[in-house]
Parts: sequence; C-alpha cells; structure tokens
Amino acid sequence: MDLRPISAAATAAETEAIDALLQAHAPADHAGRQPEFPVGFRRARSQRHLLLPGLHALQLRCGWISPGGLGYLCKRLHVPPADGFAVASFYALFSTAPQPPLAVHVCDDIACKLAGADQIIDDLKQQWDPDASPQAAWHRSPCLGLCEQAPAALRIESGEWPREQAWGHVTSQQLMQALQGGAVPEALPAPLPQDRKNLKLLRRIGAVDPASLADYCAHGGYLALRRALELGPQRIIEEVAASGLTGRGGAGFPTGRKWAAVAAQHAHPKYLVCNADESEPGTFKDRALMEGDPFLLVEAMTVAGLAIGAERGYLYLRAEYPVALRRMQHAIDQARAAGLLGADILGQGLNFELEIRRGAGAYICGEETALLASLEGFRGEPRTKPPFPVEVGLFGQPTCINNVETLCCVPDIVLHGGAAYAAIGTKLSAGTKLFCVSGLVQKPGVYELPLGTPLAQLLELAGAGPLERIGSVLLGGAAGTFVRGDDLQIPLTFEDTRKIGATLGSGVVLVLGAETPVLPLLQRLAAFFRDESCGQCVPCRVGTVRVQELLARVAGAAPLGSWSEERFRLQELGQCMRDASICGLGQTATSAIESAVARLGIIERAAAADPIAGGIA
Amino acid sequence: MVLLWGSNARETHPIFFHHLIKGIHNGARLFVVDPRQTPSAAWAERHLQLDVGSDIALAHAMAREIIACGLHNVEFIGRATSGFAEFARHVEPCTLTWGEAMTGVPAQQIAQAAHAFAKAQRAMICWTLGITEHKNAVDNVLSLINLGLLCGHVGRFGSGLNPLRGQNNVQGGGDAGALPHKLPGFQDVEDEAIRKRFEGAWNCAIPPSNGLNLTQMFDAIEHGALHSVYCIGENPAQSEADAGRTHRLLKSLDHLVVQDIFLTQTAEMAEVVLPVSAAWCETDGTVTNSERRVQRVRKALQAPGEARDDIAVIAELARRLGSDLTPLGSQAPPDPRDLLAEQLWEEMRSLSPLHGGMSWKRLEQLDGIQWPCPTEDHPGTAFLHARLWQDPIQGRRAQFSAVLVSAPAEALSQEFPLRLTTGRHLHAYNTGVQSDSYASPLNRGESLDVSPEDAESLGLQPGEWVRVRSRRGQVSAPVRIDPGLKPGLCFMTFHYPEQVATNLLTIDATDPKSGTAEFKAAAVRVEKLAPSADSAPAAAGGSFGSAPH
Amino acid sequence: MNPHVRRPQPLPADHPGTPAPRLLTLTIDGQVAQVREGTSLLKVLQSLGIDTPTLCWAENLTPVNVCRICVVELEGARTLVPSCSRAAEDGMVVHSDSPRVQAARRTVLELLASSVDTSTAPQMLAFMARYAADGQRFGPAQAPLAAGERDRALAGHHHLGDGQSAATVAQPVKIDNSLYVRDYAKCILCYKCVESCGIDAQASFAIAVAGRGFDARISTEHAVPLPESACVYCGTCVDACPTGALMFKSEHDLRQAGQWRPADQATTRTICPFCGVGCTLELTSQDNKIVRVTSPKDSPVSAGALCVKGRFGTVFVHGVAGEEGDEPSSTVP
Repeated sequence: MDLRPISAAATAAETEAIDALLQAHAPADHAGRQPEFPVGFRRARSQRHLLLPGLHALQLRCGWISPGGLGYLCKRLHVPPADGFAVASFYALFSTAPQPPLAVHVCDDIACKLAGADQIIDDLKQQWDPDASPQAAWHRSPCLGLCEQAPAALRIESGEWPREQAWGHVTSQQLMQALQGGAVPEALPAPLPQDRKNLKLLRRIGAVDPASLADYCAHGGYLALRRALELGPQRIIEEVAASGLTGRGGAGFPTGRKWAAVAAQHAHPKYLVCNADESEPGTFKDRALMEGDPFLLVEAMTVAGLAIGAERGYLYLRAEYPVALRRMQHAIDQARAAGLLGADILGQGLNFELEIRRGAGAYICGEETALLASLEGFRGEPRTKPPFPVEVGLFGQPTCINNVETLCCVPDIVLHGGAAYAAIGTKLSAGTKLFCVSGLVQKPGVYELPLGTPLAQLLELAGAGPLERIGSVLLGGAAGTFVRGDDLQIPLTFEDTRKIGATLGSGVVLVLGAETPVLPLLQRLAAFFRDESCGQCVPCRVGTVRVQELLARVAGAAPLGSWSEERFRLQELGQCMRDASICGLGQTATSAIESAVARLGIIERAAAADPIAGGIA
Repeated sequence: MVLLWGSNARETHPIFFHHLIKGIHNGARLFVVDPRQTPSAAWAERHLQLDVGSDIALAHAMAREIIACGLHNVEFIGRATSGFAEFARHVEPCTLTWGEAMTGVPAQQIAQAAHAFAKAQRAMICWTLGITEHKNAVDNVLSLINLGLLCGHVGRFGSGLNPLRGQNNVQGGGDAGALPHKLPGFQDVEDEAIRKRFEGAWNCAIPPSNGLNLTQMFDAIEHGALHSVYCIGENPAQSEADAGRTHRLLKSLDHLVVQDIFLTQTAEMAEVVLPVSAAWCETDGTVTNSERRVQRVRKALQAPGEARDDIAVIAELARRLGSDLTPLGSQAPPDPRDLLAEQLWEEMRSLSPLHGGMSWKRLEQLDGIQWPCPTEDHPGTAFLHARLWQDPIQGRRAQFSAVLVSAPAEALSQEFPLRLTTGRHLHAYNTGVQSDSYASPLNRGESLDVSPEDAESLGLQPGEWVRVRSRRGQVSAPVRIDPGLKPGLCFMTFHYPEQVATNLLTIDATDPKSGTAEFKAAAVRVEKLAPSADSAPAAAGGSFGSAPH
Repeated sequence: MNPHVRRPQPLPADHPGTPAPRLLTLTIDGQVAQVREGTSLLKVLQSLGIDTPTLCWAENLTPVNVCRICVVELEGARTLVPSCSRAAEDGMVVHSDSPRVQAARRTVLELLASSVDTSTAPQMLAFMARYAADGQRFGPAQAPLAAGERDRALAGHHHLGDGQSAATVAQPVKIDNSLYVRDYAKCILCYKCVESCGIDAQASFAIAVAGRGFDARISTEHAVPLPESACVYCGTCVDACPTGALMFKSEHDLRQAGQWRPADQATTRTICPFCGVGCTLELTSQDNKIVRVTSPKDSPVSAGALCVKGRFGTVFVHGVAGEEGDEPSSTVP
C-alpha cells in the first residue's frame, strides 16, 4: 500500500517499545534500508492484528499515543496513519493527548456508587490539585469488575517498568497516596460466600494454588482433555449438545449448536475466541474464574479447540484485570512448557496455540463481532449479522466465540457426560450458573446455583435482609431490568426471566435498598451507554445522548413540555433504539431505564419530588 | 494474477488502479516490474526492480523458467501458435542466473513471478510507457506477448495483454485513422481493395503508401524533405525528446500551422494559429478509451472568443482548398460550423466494420461500446482474440517472436554515469498544458529524484539545486531524495517545462517500427552548483531558465 | 471498514464461470418477488418500485448499514433489519412500510436533525417531510463548539449539561486547502467519505472515523490539516457526501457569495480529457463556467470515482488562473 507516513519522529522509548513487541511477533525486517513503500496489501493485512498490542506498548511505555509513536507503529505495521489514530482514539485507556505517566481510574459505576464512590470523588476533587502535580492524574471509570469490594480503583503507571494494580474497598486517603506514587493494597480474590460443598464450577477456587499446574492436576485437572482426546471432536460436541449448556455471556445460545456449526464449516483455519471482556457493570464472575482457576480455562479452551477443529485460540481479556492477566499468562506458559499447549499435545497429534489479547477500555468489545474487529486491529465496531461468526469470523474465517464461564463448564461435561450436566437445573436451563451479587447485601460475591433456584433464595444466601426491605434488584446488568416485589420470587432461569420481560444477562444481581435513590443510578447507566456507544449507528450514537439529556431533565425536575411528554419521548427513543440499532448495546441501552420507569414509577416519583427517585435537584 | 510491467498506474491511470485494488482485495495477486519503487509497486505482492531497459532479458528469463519447469500450456501452444520451437531454443540460454545478471532482479524473484504467472488460472499483463518509450519498444511488447502465449493467458475473460493508453483519445485517434499507415477502423492504407472502398466513398484519391510518423517527420524536416507542418492538438516543442533539436527543426520549417486550445510553445513558433474549442466539453463527439470503449463527449460550455470546433476548422480549410467534407448521406450545411458530430460518426461507422454496430443512439444507451461491434445487435467485445481458443483455430496462428536483447541506446560512461528515467506525477499531465491551471496541494514542482546512496556520494542535500547534464543539454533542478530508487538511477518528470525543461536531456533514439523515443533511458551526470546556489540560479542551462517553484 | 469481513461477491452475470443463479421467492408488502441469490433486500425493494430512503448506502460502496433509515420489518426477526445489507432469503416475509418501520425511520431522522445542520441536505429534508420528523423535539440546539474541540474529545469522557438543550456536532468549517472544504457541523457520519477513501475506491486511507459514541468524527491522524495528510484530492468523498458537509471550494465560495444558483445550472455528462482510462464526468456549469465536477455512480468505467486531475484539473478550459482572456489571438481563416 502506498501510505503517506507521519512526519513526526518517534522517541527512542517509543521505537524501543514497538520494536520489542514486534520482535516477539514477527521476524526481523530484512537487513539493509527500509524501502519507502515496503509491502503489498496482503502482508499489510496480515500484520494489522498487531496494531492493538502496539498501541498498548506505546501507552504503557509513554503514557499516551504521540504522533511520532503512532507514526512509527503505523510504518512498521503498514497501517494507514489515519486508521491507526482511529483505532487509538476508540479506546478509553489510550490517550491521544499528552497525559501524566501515572493515572488512577476511580470507579463510580452503579455498584461503587452504592458504596459511596461519589463521596470519594468529591474528596479527590477537593484535595487533589491537578495543576500542582503534572506527574499524576485521576479519572472517573466505568465498572472495574470489583463490585463485591466496591468502591474500586485501578492505578496504571506507564514507563520503562509499567505497573498496573486494581484494588477494592478504596478510601480517599489511599487514592491520594496512589496519586503521589505511594503503594496501594493488593486486590482481594473474589469471595465465594457459599458452602464449598455446593460448588461445582467454582470448587477449585481457593482450594488450589492458581500458579501451580501440579496442584491443578492433583485436583482433577487435565483429566477432561485426556477424555476429550479419547472421545474425538464429534462425540465431544454431542456431549456438549446433550448437556443443554447455553452461552453464559448473556445471549444464552446453545453451545453445542454453535460448536457443531463451526465444526461443519469447510473453510480453514478456524479460530476459537474466548470472550473475557467482562465489562457489564456489576459483573465479576469471569474474573473470579480466571484469577482463581486459570488452568481450567486453558484446559477448557484446548478441549474446545479440539472439538471445533481450531488450532489457534485467542483470549480477549479486558484491560482492567491485571491480576487475571498475570495468572492466565502464567498458566498458559506453564501449560505450554508441560506440552499441554502447542504442537502435538500429550503426544496425541493435537495442535493448539493460545494467545492473550488485551482490550483497552471499551465495553462494546464484549459484543462478539466488535470483539473480532478489535482483535483484528480495527475499531471495535459491531457489524450486522448474518453472516454469523461461525461462518465469517476472525480474519474472515469460521470462528467460535464463547464466554469464559461457558467454556469453563465444558471440562466437567466432557468428563461426566452431557446427561449428568443436563440433570442439574431445569429442562430448558441446564446446569449451574454463576451470579455476581453486589449492592446492599451482607455477603457480596460470586454465587454458583443450579438454574431454577428462586431469586429470593439467592438474596437470602447473600444476606439481603427481609424481602420487603429490598427496594429493587437490578438483574442482568446495565442492559438488564429492575425487578421488585413478587418478581423477586422468580426462578432464575432463562425462560422464567424472559416471561417477566427480564433477563439473566451476565448474572448480575445488584441489590438496592428501600431508600436507595434510583435516579442517580439511572443517570450513571445512561452516561455509561453514551460513553460506551461505538458511535456507528444513529439510534445508539445520538439516542444514548438524548436519553441522558432526558434523565438530566427528570432529575432536575425541569421536563421539556409535560412529564408525560417526556415519558412518551423516552418510549419512542427506546423503541427506535431496540428496533434499529446494529447491536445489543443500542438495543438494550434503555432496558434498565425503561424498566425503572415502568416498574418503579421513577418519572412520577420525580414529578412528585419523592426522595426515592433521588433527583439531583 | 496481474503482471504490471513498466507502469506506475497508481499515479498515471488512477481509476484503472482502483479496479486493480478491488481485485487485490478480493484475492488477486499483483506483481510489478519497474525500475523504481513506485506507489503502484507498493501494492504488489512482489516488486521486480529491474535495471532500466532490461525488460526483454527479464521476459526471456521468465519464459525460459516456465518452459524448463514444464509450466507452459502445451495444448494451447500446439493449436493456436507458431514459432514455439524456435522461441524455446532462443531463450534456452536465458537461465535465472543469466536473468539476474542481465536485469539486476534476484533469480528467486524471477522464478516466483514466472511460476505465479504460469500457474495462475487467469493472468493479465498490463504495461505502459516503461515498455514503449524505448528504442526497442516493439520488441519489448513482443517479449511480453511471448509470455502470454506461452501460458495461454490470452483471449479469455480476465486474461490478456493490456497496454494502458496514456491519453484520453489516443486510441480514438487510431480508430479514426490518425495513423500514417491506417485508414479508419485500422484498415491498411497499402491494401488496394480497402483504399478503393474509401476512395469511392470519399470521391478522392488516397495516397497509396504509408505516411510518416512523428519521429520520421522530424527526420524528414532535418533532411529537407518536409517543409510545412499542420499540427493539431500537440505540443512537440515541449513533449519531444531532445528538445534542443526539436526547436531547431521546427524553426527551420517554411510554414507551421498550429491548431490548439492554448497558445502552446509550439503555437508560439507558428505562422498561423487556429484557436479551437476544447473537444471534451465544448463540442459533441466521441473518444475511445484504453479498453476500446467508444464513449460520447458532450458540449457543456460555449467555447471562448473566436474559437471553433476542430471539425469546423478542418472543414472550412478543406472548403477553401476546394474539397467538401460534408459527411456521406448528409446535406451540406450552409456554414461548416453546423456540421454535426453525429453525421460524421455515421460516416465513420459506415466505413469501419469494427464500429459498424455503434449507432449514436446505442452509444448513448449503453454508455459506450467496446469494439469490435460489427452489427447493431452486437453487444461489443470485452476482450479480443477469443478465436485463439476455437478448435480448430480460425484464421492466423499467433506468432512467437525470438526478439533480441539489447541495451538502451546510450550506455553509461564515466562522463555520464547516472541513468535518468522519466515519468509522471499524480496531479499533473504531460507538459502541463492542461494541468497547470489548478492549485493542486500535491504540486511540489519538478525535482531530480536520486537514491540516498547517490545523494550521499555526490554530497547532495534535499532541496539543493544541481545541474543535470546529458550529451544533448543541461538543466538545473532541485534535489529530492527517493529511497525507492536504486543507486545509479535518477528520475524526473516533464510536467514543468517552464521550470525545468527535462526534454533537453532525453534522447531521441527511436524505435524503428513505432517511432517512439527512448524517454525512459538517458545517461546523465549531476553537478553541484556554486556554493551560493541554494537559491535557484538566474538563468540555468539550456534555453529555459529555471525558477524555484 | 474492516476489510476482513468480505461479503461474497457475485461474479458478473456475463462471466463464463458464473453458475446459473438460484432463484429465491419472497414476499414484500404482500407482493411475491423472485430474485437471484445474493440480492440485497434493498435491491428487491427497488426492483418492485418501493421507494426506500437511504443515507449511507450508495451503489458503488460496500454497505455499512449505519444510518438505519432503510430498515424494514422482517417477520420472525427480533429487530428491524437494514435492507441495504441484508441478503434476500427464500421465504422471507417483509414489510417495508409498517407502523414500526415508519416510527423507526422518523425517530432516526429526528435524532439526526436534532444534532446536525441539514441545510444543504435536500435529500434528508425530503425524507423528514415524508415521515413528518420533527428535529426540534429534543429541545433547542446547544451552542456550537469551538474549532478543534470535537477533534480533541477522548473516548469515555463527556460533559453533560442540564439536558435543557440538545447536544449537536456544530463547529466551524474547516478550510485548509484550495480544492474542497469540510463542514463537519453537517456530518451525519454515514461513512461514505471513509469508504470512498478506503478500499471501495481511492484506497488512500487519509481519513477514518476517530473517537467514539457521540464524539465519533471523521478525522485524519491526530486531526492534522489535509495537506499534511495522505489526501490526494481525488474528491470522491466530496462526491459521495449526502449532506454537503464536504463541498468543493468552488461551490462553497459561490454559496458564501450568494452566487450559487441551481436554477441557472446545467449538468452535462462527458469524458475526462486526461489519461486513457475514459472516466465519466458530470459537469455542472453556471455562467459558462464549470462549477462542480461529479462522477456518476453508474459509469461502467469510473463508478463514481475520479482522480485529482479529472475532478479539479478540468478548469484549464477557463484558462490559467489570472490569465483569463489570454486565449490564442491569431486570425481565423
């Protein structure tokens, strides 16, 4: 491609960071001078996927993506500079303007807000003078996935020895220390408040050393892979289909059917992608799995690769999980060293390679087609389906995309048979499911329950107090639904929640008290969707802004026209966004807000200045 | 697979290249053969950076490799071609190693290109002036035809040999018989039966032998055989190689008439200038593009001042000379200015079987038709030579040509150690007559592009003005360093003759058959100017001053 | 957009390798239609004479389906589907003008009109009239942003007012070269310019969509001016722009001077006078001057694209700048 390079020069640190990355991924360029127009379209396309790792390298080394650094990266990868900038400016954790090397991201999303994040942010505003310290800065952040230890923060220090740390139960004093370069506490593992004997998927977490392959094997690890090699792809898929396992990421698509569809494709190569971009506010179950039992996911992906005929898998991990990143990378390295990844696994002729790719602060990349675009080095923009990724996925090839939890269910299914798994739960919702309980409960954390368990029972386990003291529960996450009253008795299944217009989503159970003001949460949700919309389609790009403006008017008790006009306007916006948005983000962006209006009567309460609505006025 | 040879189509035929890029996007393979690392080459899977003028050696080496590996299409060669055995013997010594020595292209790359071409299901060779602006232009083309025949990559959809035309109606001029040896529809002047047909239709005698091409005309001027020239829409004073000689010869004419839309430098030398309208927007008519598509041009503007249509001027001139050019079957208009393009076209298609089916109405409806289109129910022809795939073959077999390898006319020497080649910039066109008038942000003016290695050894800085000298003349130009050039090669355009008259340097060694001069290969040397010369010298060499842009 | 997503491209109908097309039968607004496999719903609608609004779709560009105004109701589908990019399938039952479709189109138009200056987008204004869309229903427009402010927006950060005025993309026009201007206050982010600059035509990749969400905008790298970018001034983007956000400088200047008079203009289709490719030009002339050069999308040669010479270089017929009237002055025979 005849690209025009950026004229600004890269600094030594920038070239070093990029050279180091590319050296690990690509053979050194041929000796001699670099031609001005080095390669054709094909090779350029084949390297594009390194753009995102390259931008990470620049951001972590220099704290921002400078024109010189971007220019050098684009030149090395043969990416058009405008394209490189378009991708860099898409992600919240990349900055295209100069920034202090130390950044502290303070979560003020729904769970943290309930735990007093706003107070902490007010303290910071008062105590921290940004002009006085060019070395550090803090930012508000969407959910960091530490909701059970809310409020939470993430500290990222760029430089030659970059450091990334997330932690919970944050105080404003800790934040001030962090900004001044001081140490911060380690994040705690996600608590599993249930009796261990009731756990299946979570049974090893806390019981094994997540850094030890031997320990994993001593607790039944890698038996499933051996069994899978005996069964062969066809029978693995049959067992998974028989188990009734459905996708745990939110959509609930039958896993066996997806695998069979990929396996049936004639095109090669095929890819396996694990969606670990767990960004739904209030969700932290995949973090618990990856931090507590990383080898399980490695084994599960290897089995999946065998089943669908993929020799390469990608783990797309959200950038806000530094501990999970370390543990997963360690597990992959250990497995590879032990001959459990790579070529000829266990001497059985199975080839499977696994690589981690990090997101960079974009909720939309949890949408499967956006995730694929992001992995390929493009903006994380979803595309219309069909074609579905099982036919046209990563690099245009057949691709199976599964959530972390879904994959982690597979080893037990392979080992004990699909029928045993199907026996758990209900007829239409088989197996156990992880729930992320946070908010006003005594024992927040990850819960594993057979599907079909009543919500009320989960609330009781978590210490939510008497049901009548519960104001409402946000079920399913930001794209979920507020439920209250009688609905708290529903069995937690895909079909029962659907019946009442709700969803299990990613398993979020955020509990609100009877006196909790709801409007600030709704406004935070609206702000979240506005920030996280990719901006591609009109209904979502502009609709999320109009919804946020509408809620600001409701909170300010200053409706445009009458209150009922506002209500009608919201309905029409919601209908258009549901009907005409490209992807699930826009389609569900008003779901929780509309449910609060319909079920909690938020607009009427705001009109009546009811403190439960909790407007800012 | 597309083999783009001696063409920087990305800049010279941008919209053709769009189609190529779409092909690449959809999986087509592109190989580029060019001495320079051009923007076109940047899209290629492989760029064969050969030495200027070594095209035949490269084609022979590829052919030899294809034959040696048994990749040639034996069935096609046997049925549809002749002269293969002799050709195979002729290229037998042209091994990859020989090819590398002759062309400067690594043997492995030659083999890759040969194999990719031979194994492709469909392959096409496209070329432009990198092939034809050489003193052995026709041989260059024949060597590419050999490659196409060898693999049967001719006469089928998506295959073929495709010379990209450089000017918007150079093909149409040929269609209409503006060639010294052809009548309209590419019918031979020296074929008596054909000549009789035209003589009958036109009611006049047609000279029975071929005329002179442009290069031969200048030779004829030089030898005193040609005294008067009527020049229509051409600016030879600036576009011909060895501009010094061109000027001298034009000045020596008894009578020069120039018919043009501008007062070009050639026009300034003329006794009579006939101002005409711009054919593409101030008159109606047709042009024929590179893919033989006859297309309608339409009048959008009134021509300025006294300018008339070319047709009207020629018809009026003929009338005063005692001839009536009213088209066949039409009424003579009282004023020749009212001659209609449509009527002329009707005459054209009545005499040219290739265009016979292209009624004015069909040209409108179908948005252009590709010839041959013999009858009004014929859809036009997307590609030629399909007959080669008929079994048994109809008509003449296609001929292999055992052409000889020969170096550029002007060898490099100690005195003139650098090879100067010429080409175009994206935003500009030929001598700038049409492209000078808009403020393109891409316009960076003329420069002498040199390789980083030569810049270093000559101690040249970017932007520094230097003197470039050939055996024929000298100019001054600012230096630009282009890492896409191999050491020993430098590059200039001829878009900015008012700034730098590049054609004072080029050589007029011409191909005996096509009459094209060797614009692509001159021997030059580069001299540093006096130390004070970082600004442009007032009157640099040659008959044109150089000015900073 | 992402070039990895390759939609199968049907071979041309006259291609010798083209298999006999499979015929599909579907029902559109009660009419039964038979179409070749691979046909988009939009093409089916057009073939039935059903006028379907589009903004981001163009004959010569890969559908990006972002404007969402061509959506139709497909029985059995949870959401409406974009007709421009959804391929026809056997047995589909489609409603192109149901109340749900009308409501979605109206709201999409209202959202666009509430955030973008539509004054030079006649097509959009016509659609708004057709669907009775009210661009004012989200409140008065916010004050325009200063030059460069939107270019500096960072993903995941925004300012929210009290909701009493509607956020817009209003900002000053960018004039950084002599050939065309960029007035992004009129940009509906249809991606047509990006597609034109990408693999669908010019493949210079000088611009892309940068930023995210409502801050998404068309940008060069780090928002540098066009002369510092990879732009080669082919003008294909300007030709493609449906709202006048990209405008030839000649048109912009005439409009600024109040001299843009469509009633006094004629368009003429002819052939480019430069290289031998033979691109089709559509000349808009006013007062015997070329004021705009466009490229018809249906041209078999150029399909909506031109290069800088054909787009801007044709003004040579008016003489070299500053030398008007300096025509050849010799006598006519």
